[in-house]
Amino acid sequence: MAQPSTPSRTSANDEAHWRKTTNLMLIHLGIWFFFGYIIHMFVVPLNKITIPVVDFPLGFYMAAQGSLIVFVVQLFIFAKQQDKIDREFGVAEDD
Amino acid sequence: MATQTTAATDAFYKQLGRMYGTYTGGFIAFIVLLAILEQMGVPNKILGYFFVFFTLAVYAIIGVATRTAQISEYYVAGRRVPALYNGMATGADWMSAASFVGMAGTLFLLGYDGLAWVLGWTGGFVLVSILVGPYLRKFGAYTVPDFLSFRYGGNFARFLGVIVLVCCSFTYVTAQIYGTGLIASRFLGMQFEIAVFAGLVGILLCAMLGGMRAVTWTQIAQYIVLIVAYLTPIVILSTQHFGIPIPELTYGKAIAEITAREQQLVKDGLAVLCTQQACPAGTLRPHIQPFMNYTPLNFFGIIFCMMVGTASLPHILMRYFTTPSVREARQSVAWSLLFIFLLYFSAPAYAAFSKLEVYTNIIGANIDALKPWIFQWGELGLIQICGKNAATLQTAIDACKAIAGHGGVLRFQDFVINTDVIVLSTPEIAGLPYVISGLVAAGGLAAALSTADGLLLAIANALSHDIYYKMLDPSAPTIRRLTVARVLLFFVAVLSAALAATKPSDILAMVGWAFSLAMAGNFPAIVLGIWWKRATTTGAISGSSPAGAYACSTSWSRGISRRRALPTSG
Repeated sequence: MAQPSTPSRTSANDEAHWRKTTNLMLIHLGIWFFFGYIIHMFVVPLNKITIPVVDFPLGFYMAAQGSLIVFVVQLFIFAKQQDKIDREFGVAEDD
Repeated sequence: MATQTTAATDAFYKQLGRMYGTYTGGFIAFIVLLAILEQMGVPNKILGYFFVFFTLAVYAIIGVATRTAQISEYYVAGRRVPALYNGMATGADWMSAASFVGMAGTLFLLGYDGLAWVLGWTGGFVLVSILVGPYLRKFGAYTVPDFLSFRYGGNFARFLGVIVLVCCSFTYVTAQIYGTGLIASRFLGMQFEIAVFAGLVGILLCAMLGGMRAVTWTQIAQYIVLIVAYLTPIVILSTQHFGIPIPELTYGKAIAEITAREQQLVKDGLAVLCTQQACPAGTLRPHIQPFMNYTPLNFFGIIFCMMVGTASLPHILMRYFTTPSVREARQSVAWSLLFIFLLYFSAPAYAAFSKLEVYTNIIGANIDALKPWIFQWGELGLIQICGKNAATLQTAIDACKAIAGHGGVLRFQDFVINTDVIVLSTPEIAGLPYVISGLVAAGGLAAALSTADGLLLAIANALSHDIYYKMLDPSAPTIRRLTVARVLLFFVAVLSAALAATKPSDILAMVGWAFSLAMAGNFPAIVLGIWWKRATTTGAISGSSPAGAYACSTSWSRGISRRRALPTSG
């Protein structure tokens, strides 16, 4: 059931790959935490700022759209970055 | 081998684009045709039935056309669903009747605080992508309990996984079928039980013959219907009000107007402002002001529980088993979130436009100047004026006269609207033809049916693959495994439809528990199993945190009691 992997894999290679993967995971978890929670703790001061032209109060906007846009963009970037790491260590699947 | 697969996938891809492009065009042509029929004087009821039965027939045709006799096609759609299409299917799988019908109403009622649900149900996909989904795909499992058994070894972990899956999915699927009945009966005047039965047939035709493969291609078709249906009314409304067909940009102005109007209402003595000291029912809670309905702890608790819950639901996770590679599983989560985002970032626009309408044309108006659409919903008990269902203008006038000192001008506390009405009544508020209302009903049905398909499949697959094949009869031939899977699917579907037809009133609370159970039972076991080498079976079993489940259901039921939306999550 396991995925086929490159035969030349060594355990040192594996460990380095896992370290980079874990780091990437933690960075994205940090972004997620910031835009999922931290920024909304400041909704009251942020609401004092109004976005010009569209008239949204900033605090409301972040919860209604801003954070959501960050999540979407973040996931596309994450997919790219993880793929790059997998290729670098030769653990990516064949195209 | 590698290049061959790519070429095949490419051809498959191109064909898919053309197919679904044609389908979307056909659907739009169908709407136009019905619009013409409406102008020619065909009654609304007939148009409504056209919408329901035509879309159901299309889903059923896709389901029958993609039937399969292969195990891997049946369980994981042959693992060749391209990332983008799997994303669309996941969007339909995830967004249920509650997202479609209830979300905007929740935001209408709660204002800023309602955004906790929006944040939770989108942010959860970040966890799916970086912590769970692609890793489950890497294991090459057929079901979530399959993974638990691989990782922790033995059938006990598998069995626990099945119990969690069945418990959380069954209540959830019952709520979806119930939602089907509600939409069709409220909206098309169909009898509740008949609507439930029609929904059941639609679900069975989609899922039974082709399993995951059929459900995938049907869900994509359902996603297209639901997103077109959701966006059409507010795009028209935004154009009418602000001249720009992008409601997500223009509702900022609506919010500014709402805020100004709120202050005016309080000044005119038509509303009492909710304050920190005194905030009884019937007082006005400003739309953009945070933490008027939830405490900050509650607000962030809901976000957290919904995010973790999203990342634990088996019927969502199993969609990522169908991609050709781990890489595509990752891309697919991103696409899923994009497609889900399209609906969730439009929901606040619905809420804002409806609220502006209510605050401008209903509250502060003379009772005899009320528009007829109000009484249509009042008759169904969904709008109350002065404490009575506003079935006719006369009942509203009489009810208000009965209140001492009522001057005949509607005050804030006189008007109560059920949150489900927000999305369903928007076409009428905007004065759009009935065909748009029919479209919205078809969208709501698509949302409920697609989620029900995914859930039923998750249950039937866990029972047939994990319990029957892996635990009871590992030597069962393919044909028998498929037969067992189909028979189980049929019985689970009939059972949940029968339960839904009794209109169980506790279903709201049950779904809250289902979500919490999935979260507490699956999340620690899956995430630690992936990220922590030393996680053991005992640890995983005892790690399922009852405390977390309790905390989340508490905030859930608190949210639910305020929502009064359709009894479904997601």
